[in-house]
Amino acid sequence: MSVTTENAGRLDAVAPAIELIGINKAFGPVQANKNISMTVAKGAIHGIVGENGAGKSTLMSILYGFYKADSGKVKINGVLTEITDSRAAIAAGIGMVHQHFMLVENFTVLENVILGAEDGRTLGPSRRRARKELKRLADEYELDVNPDGVIEDISVGFQQRVEILKALYRQAEILILDEPTGVLTPDEADHLFRILRNLKEQGKTIVIITHKLREIMDVTDTVSVMRRGEMTTTIATNTTSPEDLAEAMVGRRVLLEVDKAPPKVGETVMEVRNLSVTDIHKVKRLKNVSFELKRGEILGIAGVAGNGQSELLEVIAGIGAASGGEIVMHGESIDVSKHANAQLRRRRGIGHVPEDRHQRGLVMPFMTWENTTFGYHNEPEYSKGFGLANQKYMMEDARGKMERFDIRPPNPQLVASHFSGGNQQKIVLAREIERNPDVLLIGQPTRGVDIGAIEFIHQQIVNLRDAGKAILLVSVELDEIQALSDRILVMFDGEIQGERLPENTNEGELGLLMAGVDPETGK
Amino acid sequence: MNKNLPKWVDLGVIPLLTLALAFGVSGLVVLSIGQNPIEVVQVMLQGAFNPFGIGHTLYFTTNFIFTGLGVAVAFHARLFNIGGEGQAGIAGVGVAMVMLSFNWPHWTIALLAGTMAALVFGAAWAAIPAYLQAKRGSHIVITTIMFNLIATAVVGYLLVGPMQAEGSLPESPRFPAGAALPSLHDILAVFGMEFDKFAPANISFFLALIAAFLVWVLIWKTRLGYEMRAFGHSERAAVYAGISPLKITMVAMLLSGALSGMMAVNTVQGEAERLVLGAVEGAGFIGIAVALMGRSHPVGVVLAAFLFGILTQGGAELQFTLGVPAQMITVIQALIIMFTGSLENMVRIPLEKFFISAGKKGAAT
Repeated sequence: MSVTTENAGRLDAVAPAIELIGINKAFGPVQANKNISMTVAKGAIHGIVGENGAGKSTLMSILYGFYKADSGKVKINGVLTEITDSRAAIAAGIGMVHQHFMLVENFTVLENVILGAEDGRTLGPSRRRARKELKRLADEYELDVNPDGVIEDISVGFQQRVEILKALYRQAEILILDEPTGVLTPDEADHLFRILRNLKEQGKTIVIITHKLREIMDVTDTVSVMRRGEMTTTIATNTTSPEDLAEAMVGRRVLLEVDKAPPKVGETVMEVRNLSVTDIHKVKRLKNVSFELKRGEILGIAGVAGNGQSELLEVIAGIGAASGGEIVMHGESIDVSKHANAQLRRRRGIGHVPEDRHQRGLVMPFMTWENTTFGYHNEPEYSKGFGLANQKYMMEDARGKMERFDIRPPNPQLVASHFSGGNQQKIVLAREIERNPDVLLIGQPTRGVDIGAIEFIHQQIVNLRDAGKAILLVSVELDEIQALSDRILVMFDGEIQGERLPENTNEGELGLLMAGVDPETGK
Repeated sequence: MNKNLPKWVDLGVIPLLTLALAFGVSGLVVLSIGQNPIEVVQVMLQGAFNPFGIGHTLYFTTNFIFTGLGVAVAFHARLFNIGGEGQAGIAGVGVAMVMLSFNWPHWTIALLAGTMAALVFGAAWAAIPAYLQAKRGSHIVITTIMFNLIATAVVGYLLVGPMQAEGSLPESPRFPAGAALPSLHDILAVFGMEFDKFAPANISFFLALIAAFLVWVLIWKTRLGYEMRAFGHSERAAVYAGISPLKITMVAMLLSGALSGMMAVNTVQGEAERLVLGAVEGAGFIGIAVALMGRSHPVGVVLAAFLFGILTQGGAELQFTLGVPAQMITVIQALIIMFTGSLENMVRIPLEKFFISAGKKGAAT
């Protein structure tokens, strides 16, 4: 960090904590940040919203020294500061809590906190100092964690607190949080917001990047909206609304609520009975899960990531093996052993939009026409004799799907990695929905998908339901579960913690269930 | 495929540039031992393309096409088969056993039988590492290297024991006359073309070209090739699509071993007409370089195999004419492998930058 002399004498109390002036940054042909200027007052909580790829993370990475801006200036507390790397950022009093935590899994909390900030050659003095400091921070900000807990054993919510503690231990005055609530239960998120408000009261400045508009409304003082690399507005939060923010993000009016008629529920299509899954470490991931899935309904499964939802989807889809229990479809038991095959599942009428489209749903270097048949590539219409693929038909088929699902750019020869998250997800959806499955499994349908595409995807799911299909929806976004589901199951620690109807429950109750608490007894 | 570069740059300019760099550095090495690089190049090209030399160049090219295709096929399923050397060696044993067991009435039948033997034995030698990889997760690189060593020992044992001909040389008896394959000389004579009578190049060269075409069909036109590529890019995605990792690992490795094994038809049946010690002569390893340089595309493999054929034959000439040590040729080959295989980004990244900025300017005007 270098402080220019012309600025040295001009430190005054009212200088904004962060001042970005004319920041530009390009990656190859993509202009990620276009002439961005932003001011965050000292002691404010400032939100930055925008769709994926709008340039939020790039901007914060420039502020934290991960990237170097092509042009533009950064002033911290009114002082022109050159942030060349994260070390310089820390020296300037900036701390960052990344979306994916930067913690050493097999270290204790204490070890993680002092890592990179050790006082000397031996660890003893740093440990003692850190222990005292952690105690103080815990008392001051409700940031209590057991300093001797090992990271891999503590919950995600606590891991996030460790990240915040790391920043505070390094005397951060400005804290940047990137999508901080993505992995938290509503209860944990509330706790986080309490911590943030405490920090604010102590004069810390907080920048929070999120795509959840409700959080912005709840916790921030001011908010900036980014769209396609530009900062479109900066506004006081109490003078705006989620609808206005969404419009500023997308550039047009967006339907935030899902428009759907009451369900016409028919007979049971699939019955899951006492399904259990044990992983290779002999840990029970799924414990005696039972439920019925009916025609014409969307059954939503809520829960914090990692509570057995993924395993449940995988067993039904024929990807993972169950250690016990059975699945009955149309009165017939289906193979849940390790010999199950996903292609046979598809022939039985089970479509699957997987949670992880980059690793599972799509082959990223494959062209769209190859991806739109993936998993169905051995079906007769895509085949010719001698094991050849009917590429002409595959291409035609892809063109049709791209048109009907409005996938852009509509070129079947483009590889999957060329498309935006929303268009990639539409490729997967088009493939699975157009096979007209009796049961559609959908995991995280809108993860990493921009708001405009979310609207479209939700509508497709509702249309499929209205066509009398059964839909099993897994999402960690409680809003999404509440908006789409006709019935909600909440999973915690591999078990179904409760079943609710969306009209008879609320976020608080679901949040308790997600945390494994019985809302009636409070245990 | 890279999205920042036009296809012709990716497949044409980059290999040529890396090759030019490799030759540039090789030139400096040649200078350092007191030879004139230009003269060296002249001698090499002359040696590789003169009427006598070309027959050898094509013979080596045939070997490298087979082993290169073998490595390339496995690459598409992201399996690094380093065992071409052993698979070709054991395939040689198979070819010799089959050739020695009958008095072949006609070369066509002998060719068919030899091909079958080479395919089966080559595939069989790849089967065990493949199974260990698919079922037990034993790393294919380690197991195939080990299997190369085992193959060398097995061939050595057979040639001083059960398969040894009378006499003291470690080699098998000569195959019956009916097993001999038509040489390039014989084939071209049918069309009235002249070709060196003693050149080792034989009908296997055409088999290699056919194999390259079939590999192209397999990888890009069949559903099996589609599944192999999908598996190669992401195993999790393959499982999601109902593609069995066990099946793909086995199939890709068996095909890879069979292709590498095919070089035994060229060397053992076509040229030596008996099994000798060290018949593979490192072609299995050169196949790795060929596949790398050919970017696992059959056309690239054929071109790269030809280049290595030229280097091998030209190198022999260099040794003979100028007394340049054979190790020098190995150095040049190693430089080519290094530049095309591992230093490719040195050329790629500046080119990408160039094209991006050119694209921007183009878009701006």
